[in-house]
Amino acid sequence: MANVRYTEDHEWVLLDGDIATVGISDYAQEQLGDVVFVELPDPGRVLEQGGEAAVVESVKAASEIYSPLAGEVVEVNNDLADRPELVNESPLGGGWFLKIKVADAGQIDALMDEAAYQTFVEGLD
Amino acid sequence: MRYLPLTDNDRTDMLATIGVDSVDELFVDVPADARLDGPVDLPGHAGELAVERAFREMAARNLAPSSAPSFLGAGAYRHHVPATVDHLIQRSEFLTAYTPYQPEISQGTLQTLFEFQTQVALITGMEVANASMYDGATSTAEAVMMAHRLTRRGKSLVSGGLHPHYRAVIETMTRFTDLTVAAAPADRSGVEDLAPLIDADTACVVVQNPTLFGHVADLRPLAAACHDKGALLVVAVTEVVSLGAMLSPGDMGADIVAAEGQSLGVALSFGGPHVGLMATRKKFVRQLPGRLCGETVDVDGRRGYVLTMSAREQHIRREKATSNICTNSGLCALAFTIHLSLLGEAGFRRLARLNHTRAIAVADRLAAVAGIDVINDTFFNEVTVALSKPAAAVTEHLAEQGILCGVPVSRLLPGEDCQNLLLVAVTEMVTDQDIDRLIDGLTEALR
Repeated sequence: MANVRYTEDHEWVLLDGDIATVGISDYAQEQLGDVVFVELPDPGRVLEQGGEAAVVESVKAASEIYSPLAGEVVEVNNDLADRPELVNESPLGGGWFLKIKVADAGQIDALMDEAAYQTFVEGLD
Repeated sequence: MRYLPLTDNDRTDMLATIGVDSVDELFVDVPADARLDGPVDLPGHAGELAVERAFREMAARNLAPSSAPSFLGAGAYRHHVPATVDHLIQRSEFLTAYTPYQPEISQGTLQTLFEFQTQVALITGMEVANASMYDGATSTAEAVMMAHRLTRRGKSLVSGGLHPHYRAVIETMTRFTDLTVAAAPADRSGVEDLAPLIDADTACVVVQNPTLFGHVADLRPLAAACHDKGALLVVAVTEVVSLGAMLSPGDMGADIVAAEGQSLGVALSFGGPHVGLMATRKKFVRQLPGRLCGETVDVDGRRGYVLTMSAREQHIRREKATSNICTNSGLCALAFTIHLSLLGEAGFRRLARLNHTRAIAVADRLAAVAGIDVINDTFFNEVTVALSKPAAAVTEHLAEQGILCGVPVSRLLPGEDCQNLLLVAVTEMVTDQDIDRLIDGLTEALR
């Protein structure tokens, strides 16, 4: 996923036209441990960039997931209701969280690319 | 030895430092009518024996339901608590244990909580129950806030059959939130229909069954009306023994059940501590407040108990937690569980039937007294009667004869036009002789 971008809060975002798919990074799922529940927003909800979009619960922690870009939620990953473990198994694939119709695609330029994110994560350890 | 080691000069210096003239000024934020306006009328210094005598004399002026024919109810009910309950809850393993902060080490405590939750889920007809709340009123208020989170809607509609104390707690707990509470007028006849008032902004409808006035309702049409509009039905139960005789709230379509569990295992104790029950559907469990105990197996496949879904709670979620409750009514919940275990399913149903049968007998006797009109067409173990005189005065008059004839509605709804209404509750504790004294007392008082 060459075009994937990351936030410092460990969300990833992939833009296709004006639709952005959002999830959490492999590093994030590893830090959280076994994910047991993901609370997703209702489609139609308008999110600000950096606004709270979802909540991910692992066995003994709960973390807010922030929207990397501003826009309107058009779809959420309903598979996570029954299989939250997808977040651990395939964070950048079947474990995606939501899709938003972005308001300003230009916002993505400020986010980190794969290489920059890897450097950022290495700096955290 | 002085109990308070401050001198008057110390006090004066401290007050001067913070810039007030007197200690009383520190309490100006407390409403004036709630402040003590003088010293408490108690004897001065005395020896232990004299103090005991003075207090015993004062205590003897109480007329306790345990030593009088008592028809008091209105949310707190006198039932027989088997001696086994008290014996078991006083074991130090239970009595001195606090809500476990390293929970899994306290397997016995967790097992009792799990059994409590199982019993609550069974009698309410719901899929999941928490490890208890403070009391029925706080459970109800938590249910309202839970419905708000689940529906993201701003209004809760409160039945006129809900106990006014419960309504007050809902209003207090939602006061600084963006929730609004719309309360229906007092429903003394049990005829209200809230369905037309439900709209797209209604998070939940809160009804009590049986109601404050004792009426029993089939809640299925109201549940359907709620669900039709995307609202949730919250059912409050103040007399939990009624669940042994009625279709459960869950079977009638409730989404959240909030109940007072005092009737099982817990003494009246001047109004507390009691135990709040709270149950819901499995799909709503993420928004359920309070502690939740689960059964699982350890690495060797042995049964064990854990506190689960803690991510809902304040020690993990902080300000985003479902509630600021971090505890439960552990000992009262245990008493509830022991009492209900002793009764068993058949015994629980028999107890409920016994209550209802005796209440029918009392209602029939009351209806035959000149100056008494029994308002209820339906009831479980409590009825509302309209007297030919103000109920508060009649209640006082009978209390002077050692009879606790019931709760005047005016005490609960001071502003309402209900001076002559009296709530009369009848449990298995009421003897035939008690009933005779009640009827004779009322007959004489209303003559």
